Amino acid sequence: MTVLDIRAYRLRLPNTARPVLAGVDLTVGARETVALVGESGSGKSLTSRSVLGLLPAGAATEGTVRVGGDDVLTMTPEQLRRLRTGTAAMIFQDPRAAINPLRRLGDFLTESVRLNGGLSAEAATARATEMLDAVGLPASVLGRYPGQVSGGMLQRVMIAAALMGDPALILADEPTTALDVTSQAEVVALLGDLQERFGTGLLFVTHDLGLAAAIGDRVYVMYAGRIVETGPAEALFARPRHPYTAALLASTPRLDGPRGRLAAIEGRPPGLRDEPVGCPFALRCPLATSECTRQAPELLPVDGEPGRRTACHHSDRTGEATADA
Amino acid sequence: MSFLRFAARRLAEMAATLVGASFVIFGAMYLAPGSPASFLLAGRSASPEALRAINAQYHLDEPFLLQYLRWAGQVLHGDFGRSITYRTDVSRLLADRLPATLLLVAMALVLVVALGLLLGWIGAVRGGAADSTILVTTTVAVGTPAFVAAVLLQGLFAVKLGWFPTGGTGDGLGQMLWHLALPALALALYLIGMLARVTRAAMLDVLGHEHVTVARSRGVSEHRVVRRHVFRNALGTLLTTGGLVVSTLLVCTVLVETAFSVGGIGQLLELSTTTKDFPTVQAISLIMVGLFMAVNLVVDLLHPLVDPRVTLGAREAAR
Amino acid sequence: MTAVLTRRSGLGRIRTARAPLHRICLGFVALVVLAAVLAPWLAPDDPNAVDLGDALAGPSAEHLLGVDAAGRDTLARLVTGARTSLLGPLGVVAFSTLAGVAVGVTAAWRGGWLDSVLSRSTELVFAFPGMLLAILIVSVYGEGLLAPVVALAIAYLPYVSRLTRSLVLAERARPYVEAYQVQGHSGLQICLRHVVPGIAPVVLAQATINFGYALIDLAGLSFLGLGVPALTPDWGRMVFDGQSAVQHGYPLSAVLPCAAIVLTVVAFNVVGERWADQVARRDR
Repeated sequence: MTVLDIRAYRLRLPNTARPVLAGVDLTVGARETVALVGESGSGKSLTSRSVLGLLPAGAATEGTVRVGGDDVLTMTPEQLRRLRTGTAAMIFQDPRAAINPLRRLGDFLTESVRLNGGLSAEAATARATEMLDAVGLPASVLGRYPGQVSGGMLQRVMIAAALMGDPALILADEPTTALDVTSQAEVVALLGDLQERFGTGLLFVTHDLGLAAAIGDRVYVMYAGRIVETGPAEALFARPRHPYTAALLASTPRLDGPRGRLAAIEGRPPGLRDEPVGCPFALRCPLATSECTRQAPELLPVDGEPGRRTACHHSDRTGEATADA
Repeated sequence: MSFLRFAARRLAEMAATLVGASFVIFGAMYLAPGSPASFLLAGRSASPEALRAINAQYHLDEPFLLQYLRWAGQVLHGDFGRSITYRTDVSRLLADRLPATLLLVAMALVLVVALGLLLGWIGAVRGGAADSTILVTTTVAVGTPAFVAAVLLQGLFAVKLGWFPTGGTGDGLGQMLWHLALPALALALYLIGMLARVTRAAMLDVLGHEHVTVARSRGVSEHRVVRRHVFRNALGTLLTTGGLVVSTLLVCTVLVETAFSVGGIGQLLELSTTTKDFPTVQAISLIMVGLFMAVNLVVDLLHPLVDPRVTLGAREAAR
Repeated sequence: MTAVLTRRSGLGRIRTARAPLHRICLGFVALVVLAAVLAPWLAPDDPNAVDLGDALAGPSAEHLLGVDAAGRDTLARLVTGARTSLLGPLGVVAFSTLAGVAVGVTAAWRGGWLDSVLSRSTELVFAFPGMLLAILIVSVYGEGLLAPVVALAIAYLPYVSRLTRSLVLAERARPYVEAYQVQGHSGLQICLRHVVPGIAPVVLAQATINFGYALIDLAGLSFLGLGVPALTPDWGRMVFDGQSAVQHGYPLSAVLPCAAIVLTVVAFNVVGERWADQVARRDR
């Protein structure tokens, strides 16, 4: 069952030359972990926020973003509130900024189910205790203020809060970036466990390739507002079919790799004031030809590899790109 | 540091500052040209007998410290000395006039809090034309001293339109409320503007914080988000303006009471200053400073309760 | 009104498209200052010329803005009044800023017991609302502009010194200060040549805002009869003089000085806040 189905989603902000999101297609199924990888400015956070209807002011949209079959983009405020309370929930990057420092954690956990979900205070507290237990925290956390617990614990509270409404879909927007490495590992493991246990779909947004490879069943790679490649995690990272993915992999430092200078990708992604014609990666791509600057490639299936799609005119030659790096 | 220790420490500090301030208030008469005795007599009969009487009455021959302690002791017992102008106990004068002033200040405080917070809230949340209007009106309000407001309001609503009396207090609570309505508004106007702008700025600041977006993302309705997360978080900042609000109200009662001939301690201060009735000036100054410090203390004690992040030790370091 | 340390925010920061407003206010400030400076030549009449037969007449060819209860020409009084109404606040701001910066720099630079002593002393002054201190001093010294100006300057000093102190503490932690110290420059040299010029914009912007407060406080004192001597034209005094006229139905002689006060204070506030915002933005 598909919990999240984004089709041909375009998002345009006022006073920009190109759309921030230029046609995103993405699905997440129940019990599935999908990683969305991209650098800053690629539009991955905006994509995940769109699922909850958190659009910036003045945004113009096209396409559909369906959660459990209903299109978020055409929802009434009432429907949107119901979606946010129960069907989908987000785990934010910086728990210290995301949780009101002046209210107790118990208030944070129970706020939305008490006010909208129709639960009484006792029922809400009971459920909160349950969820805290699921993330490995004691009930005493309910009476604490955010300033009194560590960052790792706070992120767990955030995860518990996301589960409060029994969502079918969880969106994790770089949930480990603000944490130290040990906490990162714990949070990732926890998310995996919980997903198994509660049967939710998980969209995991990150800029960290290694993390995406570890946690994702399927991966989407995003660049300049579009999906450039997608496929099962193992296959994608073993043999990338898009020069950008290949370059990302090559520039990731590895302990067991050859020593020497880190390979960085030359150039920068196109800004919002640049009107790119053709492939947005063309200017930085080692495989680029005149066709690339003329015609933007479509996201097309790859022969012989089911479930994989890539947006490159020269996907058959990406093996060379990896070898060159 | 526990709350009790913090409270005790602040209380001690307040007491120390109060003592220092009372020193200044008491010692001010020594700043006058000439001797304190002639100052206290201030042009009234300066015959040797009168001087001797004054010296005896105020113990002016004793060392300064002893005089101060004597005076302080009396004050703590509620004895503020005798008014030179009115020839009665200052405490009597104060007791007669204090109720009017307290009522006036209370009415003004209600206006300031209600309208200031409301306008600031609307400006921050609504934005657009409402916000522009509020910005313009509060800018003008903040440029309008209390006496200007008093004279203008009096001219328009009391003289021209006749809706309110031009002065005095009337008898009984109902009458007093009606008589003090214009003075209270005049007193409150500047502070309404100030509080509205502070509220607006504080709420706008919080509206940009991530936790507000997060609350929305969890389905909380906009009104509840503003109430539980925006206003609630701005409250700490607003509370710290409390001392300033009260001190401004207290001091400006002098202006407003004079303009409206309200027989409160504000007008008494003005009269006793022009007639050089120094014991009365001292007493009223002491009361105002004391009230100001008491309000500051209350604000300081409430602040950690409103904002749990304000750890009591860190506050001390930041001062 | 006691001075608020943190500038009241809102106007300059949010509406960046308000440039015309800012320019209008700047122009108004210049106009008022000019009127004050050129008063003796600008005033059409002797501001103190009494003409009881003509009392409370409205605007006419001879008296463009009418006359007050004693027959004195309002326009002349407004223009001449600009002098005292601006001179007093200028004195307050000049003194409190210079002394406040000196105290703040000393406290922040030397630290230690000197800092404690100075901080405790400023705490004491903080206990007095500005106007109350002025009233106290006036009750001792009597009439005249000097006493309230000095009193207000003392009352405003702690705000300037507190601001200066925190600014200097922040500057002191910067690497360039240490670099100069290592080169052998004395503390005083570094303060005067580098630190003070660095913090000057912030302090001056605050001083402009303080000017507005001082104007309000001094006008209030004049209204009470505790500021300028009785015969000097002064906006606060004019409001007091005009009040009984208002109660008899002739508001003009009081309304005009009221307007003058409000417009001048608003203009100074707008200019000061805009400046403060620009400085804050530059530092970011």
